[in-house]
Amino acid sequence: MTYPGRRGAPVIDVADLRVRLRTRRGSAQVVNGLSYQVHPGETVAVVGESGSGKSVSVLALLGLLPERISQVEGCATFDGQDLLSLDEEALRRVRGAGIGMVFQDPMTSLNPVLTVGRQLVEGIRAHARIGVPAARTRAADLLGEVGLPDARRALDRYPHELSGGMRQRVMIAIALSSEPALLVADEATTALDVTVQAQILELVSRLQADRGTGVIWITHDLGVVAGIADRVLVMYGGRCIEDGDVDDVFYRPAHPYTRGLLGALPRTDEPDDKPGGGTPGELVTIPGTPPSPTDLPPGCVFWPRCPVRADPRCETEVPPLVPVHEPAGTPAGVQHHAATFCPPDAVQGGAS
Amino acid sequence: MTAQPAPVTDQVLVAARDLQVHFPFRSGGLLRRRTGQVRAVDGVDLDIGRGETLGLVGESGCGKSTLGNALLRLVEPTSGSVTFDGTDVTSLSAKDMRALRRRAVMVFQDPFASLDPRRTVAQTVSEPLEVHRLHVGKTARARRIGELLELVGLDPAVVDRYPHEFSGGQRQRIGIARALAGEPDFVVCDEAIASLDVSVQAQVVNLLRRLQRELGLTYLFISHDVAAVRHVSDRIAVMYLGRLVEVGPASQVARDPQHPYTQALLSAVPVPEPERERRRERVVLTGDVPSPAAVPSGCRFHTRCPRAFEPCPDVDPALQAVGSVGSGQQAACHLHGIVPVSGDRDP
Repeated sequence: MTYPGRRGAPVIDVADLRVRLRTRRGSAQVVNGLSYQVHPGETVAVVGESGSGKSVSVLALLGLLPERISQVEGCATFDGQDLLSLDEEALRRVRGAGIGMVFQDPMTSLNPVLTVGRQLVEGIRAHARIGVPAARTRAADLLGEVGLPDARRALDRYPHELSGGMRQRVMIAIALSSEPALLVADEATTALDVTVQAQILELVSRLQADRGTGVIWITHDLGVVAGIADRVLVMYGGRCIEDGDVDDVFYRPAHPYTRGLLGALPRTDEPDDKPGGGTPGELVTIPGTPPSPTDLPPGCVFWPRCPVRADPRCETEVPPLVPVHEPAGTPAGVQHHAATFCPPDAVQGGAS
Repeated sequence: MTAQPAPVTDQVLVAARDLQVHFPFRSGGLLRRRTGQVRAVDGVDLDIGRGETLGLVGESGCGKSTLGNALLRLVEPTSGSVTFDGTDVTSLSAKDMRALRRRAVMVFQDPFASLDPRRTVAQTVSEPLEVHRLHVGKTARARRIGELLELVGLDPAVVDRYPHEFSGGQRQRIGIARALAGEPDFVVCDEAIASLDVSVQAQVVNLLRRLQRELGLTYLFISHDVAAVRHVSDRIAVMYLGRLVEVGPASQVARDPQHPYTQALLSAVPVPEPERERRRERVVLTGDVPSPAAVPSGCRFHTRCPRAFEPCPDVDPALQAVGSVGSGQQAACHLHGIVPVSGDRDP
């Protein structure tokens, strides 16, 4: 699939990614035919609830799924090579130098017995032929860049001596230490307080603007997506059920699930329905719970919870991801796709 | 003593006065000397009106959960008082305490950790009925369990199933049914929706609000999720480092926050709307929250406050009326006039 309007070659081009995992409850198709591209300086947000396959899809790209229990198919072109066919040694080189990674829990990603400086210097020297003192200076610069106060002293600290927000900034510094072309962040700010999250998001978008890094941002938080994404990919039951420019997806959602998700969110800017401080009305809910990857329904993955179900094919056929026919006057952007049999007029609204 | 925020209803159900919960910590050495204390709750005055929802927001470590626990006397207050329906609960006998336990309950965050995996739904939900000897007799109890499950939107046929057979949202419903079994008046919801998927959070939020309407419940809704708190609450209290820094009607606090911390907190909450996000001006705070073991002098927010001025490092501000007259909005900030906390407090 191509996205007209993006300049330059994509940093990464994922085509028909499929991941099957063996679990105690049997084999599960956790990711089912995922395709997308990330261009330089672009942020693609992958959103979805638990079990949607959003995290597994990037772990598969990075070769971080245990081989014993996983089967990965498809193609992921990065820097002229297919990540999915590289051997472990070549992959490690790519992960260190070309792709930076930030995960949700910095405490499990950082080595607790090494100082922050050791870990940074190690990363820097693995990809640049410089001595330890030069690498330390560079490490301190990086920590300063990610907004860590007193960066020189922070080099000699251990991860447990830092707060959650500081650790996450160290993780970002490590991820950026090799000036990667692609940054992959999986729920990177989910465990942080909102004021710290705001600092981290600002930091990432500033660094991205300076260096033209492509970003894959995985999250369940649609507020964060609205703030940072250029493009959005909505996952449900292992499939991409809608993708498009952030405005298309938020203001003109084409899939009943996207519409439901946006309606289910309480907002700080809700209108009052009682004078003098009353609380607003009911939230729109999606009945039921997200499906388990081991027990996916036939047909459209969303139909058991779908309030529309306007087509007899919903329960038997998987709807293909096809271009959405936008109403006249919609600003032309990247193509907007949805996988649904529902006619557009049955899924109106969105954020307003 | 500071002026009290006006609750929405005239009748106060739960009140705290100068409530403090301090946790001492000791050195690791042989003598285990007391080397300091964490001031988790550090002088809180609070009224919760009968039938209202008071939302309590704040970031991790600000003391909001400890405050909720102290109101239910699940932790012992270091000083100050908590009254429930006019009775001082800090000095209750064991017997009276048990009666309070029926009337004031907690719904916990993690529906996976808060249910005993070896107990069936019926056994879990009937726990409070056994403890308080309610609906005695096999048929009466079974009928009550069925009622409770229906009340929270579960099929009564699930009574003999175990927690692992349910999704997170369904488990949270079981937890709510258990909390409501003894017909409580006051429910503390401590991050009750935080671990649920977005589409399921909305279901539980709607359920909690319906139960409040039907049963006349009073809620303390503790959450880090400002948007959810705004949605469910009549009034909002904002906590920072063990102290309330702003209290007021939910819409008022959300629309026109008066304390610089509330302003920063609200400006940091991402809104699921791309156009607003592109336009917004964030008040980005520098640094991290100081440790509650080393609370800054004067106003405890002055080390991160973008608007701090001369009195802030020295004078501890009390809550005072702010905003339009009679709005019930209060903030503890010298920008609205220098009102120190009265001298009987810790400096």
